[in-house]
Amino acid sequence: MKTEMSVIVRTITRCVYPLILVFGFYVIMHGHLTPGGGFQGGAVVASAFALFLVAFGTKALKGRLNPHLLQSLEEIGALAFLGLAFLGIGTAFFYNILAGSGSVFGGAVPSGPNPGVLNSSGTLPFMNWAVGLKVMAGIACILVAMLVGSRKEAEE
Amino acid sequence: MSAVGSLPFVVSMLLVILGLYALLFKRNLIKMVIGVSLIETGVNLFLVTLGYRTAGVAPIYTYAPATTVRVLPTPQALTLTSIVIGLATTALLLSFAVLIYRHYGTLDVSKIKELRG
Amino acid sequence: MTALANHAPVLLIAAPLFAAFAAPLVGKLGERVRMAFTVAIMGITGCLAGLLAATLYAQGAAPIVYVLGGQIPLPSGLAVPIRIMLEVDGLSAFMVLLTALVGIAAVCYNISYRRGRSGGAFYDSLTFLLLAGVFGLVQTGDLFNFFVFLEVTSIAACALIGFRTWRNRSAEAAFKVMALYTLSGLFVLLAVGLLYGQHGGLNIAYLASSVRGAAIDRVALALLLTGLAMKAGAVPMHMWAPEAYGEAPASAAMVLVANSQASLYGLFRVLFTLYGMSIGTTAIGWILIVLALATIVVGVTMALIQKDIKRLIAFGAVSQIGYMLLAVGVGFAVLATRPAFGLTAITGGIFHMVNDIACIGLLFLGAGVIVRASGTRDLNAMGGLAHDLRATTVLFAIGAFALAGVPPLNGFASKLLIYESTFQLSPVLAVIAVVGSIFLLAVFLRVFQAAFLGPRLLRGVTPVPVTMTIAMAFLAAVVIGFGLFPGFFIDKIVAPAANALWQGQSGYIAAVMGG
Repeated sequence: MKTEMSVIVRTITRCVYPLILVFGFYVIMHGHLTPGGGFQGGAVVASAFALFLVAFGTKALKGRLNPHLLQSLEEIGALAFLGLAFLGIGTAFFYNILAGSGSVFGGAVPSGPNPGVLNSSGTLPFMNWAVGLKVMAGIACILVAMLVGSRKEAEE
Repeated sequence: MSAVGSLPFVVSMLLVILGLYALLFKRNLIKMVIGVSLIETGVNLFLVTLGYRTAGVAPIYTYAPATTVRVLPTPQALTLTSIVIGLATTALLLSFAVLIYRHYGTLDVSKIKELRG
Repeated sequence: MTALANHAPVLLIAAPLFAAFAAPLVGKLGERVRMAFTVAIMGITGCLAGLLAATLYAQGAAPIVYVLGGQIPLPSGLAVPIRIMLEVDGLSAFMVLLTALVGIAAVCYNISYRRGRSGGAFYDSLTFLLLAGVFGLVQTGDLFNFFVFLEVTSIAACALIGFRTWRNRSAEAAFKVMALYTLSGLFVLLAVGLLYGQHGGLNIAYLASSVRGAAIDRVALALLLTGLAMKAGAVPMHMWAPEAYGEAPASAAMVLVANSQASLYGLFRVLFTLYGMSIGTTAIGWILIVLALATIVVGVTMALIQKDIKRLIAFGAVSQIGYMLLAVGVGFAVLATRPAFGLTAITGGIFHMVNDIACIGLLFLGAGVIVRASGTRDLNAMGGLAHDLRATTVLFAIGAFALAGVPPLNGFASKLLIYESTFQLSPVLAVIAVVGSIFLLAVFLRVFQAAFLGPRLLRGVTPVPVTMTIAMAFLAAVVIGFGLFPGFFIDKIVAPAANALWQGQSGYIAAVMGG
C-alpha cells in the first residue's frame, strides 16, 4: 500500500465534506425552482464520497461500508421513481396529480419574477429525491467497485 | 438559425473531429475513452448552442419577466440527458478497461490483439 | 380490461423496468423466489404485448397514441406537440410481439442458466433492462426519446456481453462494442440536434410533416443512416457482431439479435415515416441494396471458415440482417412509382425479421446447450452429441434448416417472397440472395455433422436442464407454425406492418397532428 495522503489533505477533507453534502442536498431539494435537480445534486453528493475515498483511501471503508446496502439503496431509489410515475395512472403515466391540488407540494405558482415557492410542483420534488438517492448510491457503487476491484488485484 | 454566428458550431465540430481522431488513431485504451468523452462534449456543446437567442436570459419561469427574450430550454434538457448517458457510458468503458488490464497486464490495443488467438 | 389496454404501451416498458430494478432485491429472498418473479413478470409482459396487438388490429391498424403525462397530443393553441408520446402502429405492434417472443424464450432459458452460482440476479436484471429498452425503442414517437432508449439498450447489451468477467475475451469484446455503440449513438444525437435546430420540434410525426428535403435534412439523414446501420451490423461496420454474439452468454446473444433488429426498425421508421417521399428514394434505396448484398456475401463467406460454433452462428445472423435490408431497400427504391412488388418485398423483409429471430434464437440457445454439455466451443473437438442430446439434435436441426430456407419451414416462406420481389427489380439481386442461402445451408450442414453426427468423442456429457429444452421447443414451435401457415400469419401480423411502411405515413402524422 502506498503512503497515504498528508495531514493537510485529510483535515481539509474533514472540514469541507459536510459542506459539499449540504450543497448537494440543497441542489436536489430546490430542483423545481432553480437549475439543478435529482441527477445534478446526486452527482455533487457522490463527488463528496469520491473526495473521501481519495483522501482516506479504501482502508477507511473496510468495516464501515456495506456494498450490499449501497446496491439496495440504489434499487429503492429507482423503484420509488417508478412508483411515483404510477401514481397518476388514472389519467396517464407520469401525470402530475399533486400539482395545484392543495395537498403536499400542491401550492400554486405565483406569476412574474419571484424567489420561488418551495411548496409547489406536485410530484416533482419527490421524483428529484428518488433520482438523487439513486444517483448517489449508484455513483458510490461504481467508485467502490472500480477502486476495490483494482486494489484487490494489485495486492495479489 | 440563431444570430450568434457560426463560431460555436465550428468549435463543437472541431471537438468532435478531435475526439474521432483520438478514438481511431490512439492505441492506449484510456486515450480512446478520452476520445469518446471529447465527442460527447462536442455534441453537447452543439445542442446547447442550438437554443441560444441573442441577448437572451436564462429560461427560468420565476426569474425572467415575460417581456424579455429567453434562451430555449428544450436543448438544455436534451444536453442534460446526454450528459447522464455519457456518465453511464464512460463508467462502463472504464470498468472494462480495468478488467482488460487485470487480464492482460497492458492497456495497449495492439498488444491485446496479439494475445488473441 | 380496456383500461389495461389503454395503458398497455407504457406498461410494456414499465413492467420489465420494474423487474430490472427489483430483481436483485427479490433475489435476496432466495433463488426460487427470484425465478418465480421473473417468470411472472415476463408472463405479464407477454399478455400485455398480445393485448396491445389485438387492440391495434381490432381498430384497423390505425396508430394508437399514448401521451406521457397528459391527455391529448396537441392541445388547442399549440402548433408543436410538446409532450413525449408513444405511437404504436402496425410495424410497432409487430416488433412488440417479436420482442415478447424473444423475452419469453430468454427468461425460460435463464431459469437454469446460473442456478446455484452467484450473479444470477444481475443477469436477470440486465436482460430485463435490455428488453425494456427494446420495447421503448419500438414504440416511441419522439426522436430524442428514441435516442435515449437506443443508449439504454447499448449499455445493457454491453454489460451482458462482458458479463463473464473471468474470461479474457469478454472484457475486450465488450470494450470494443461499447465504443462502437457509443459512436453510433452520438451520430444519432447529432442528427436529432440538426433536425431540432432546423424544424423546432422533436416529435416524429411533427418532423415528418415539416421535413422538405433541404440540405440540413439530408445531412441529418446521412448521420441517422450511418448510426443505425452501424448498430444493426451492416457491412462495412459489422466486425463487432461476431465478437459480441460470440462472447455473450447464449440467451443474451438472442436478445442482442433482437436489439439489432430494433435498430433496423429505427432505420425503417426514419426512412419511410420521417422522410418518406421528400428525398430521392431511388438513390438511397440502391445504397441500401448494395450494402445489403455486401452484408449477405461477407456474412456467409466468413461463416464458412469459422471453427468456433458461436462465432459461426454470429456470422449467420449478420448475413440474415442483409436479407432484411435487401428486401426493404428494394421496397424503398421503388417507393416513387409504387409497383406491387415493392409491397411484396417489404412484406418479405418484415416477415423475415420474426423468422430470423426465431431461427437464430433457436441456434444460439442450442449452441449454448452444446457448449455447456461438451465443455468446448471448437467444432473440430466435439462430435457425436446426437447419442446423448436427442432433443437438442432435433431442435437444432429444425433451426438450421429453417434459417437456410428449406421448405416447409418458415425461412423458406419469407425468403421466397424476397426472391420473387427482388427478381423483378433486378435479377442479379435474387441470384446473389439464392446463392447466399445455398452457402448457408452448406455451412449449417457442416456444423450439424461436426457437432452431432459420428461416434461419441467426449466422455461425461452433462445432461441438459428441462427449462432450456422448453425454451428451444417454444422457438421451434414458432418456426414450424409460421412455416406451415404462412398465409395466416402474414395476413394477421405482417400485412399491417408492411402497410404501415408502404402507405402509412399520412396516417401516422394525422394521429398526432389531427389530420
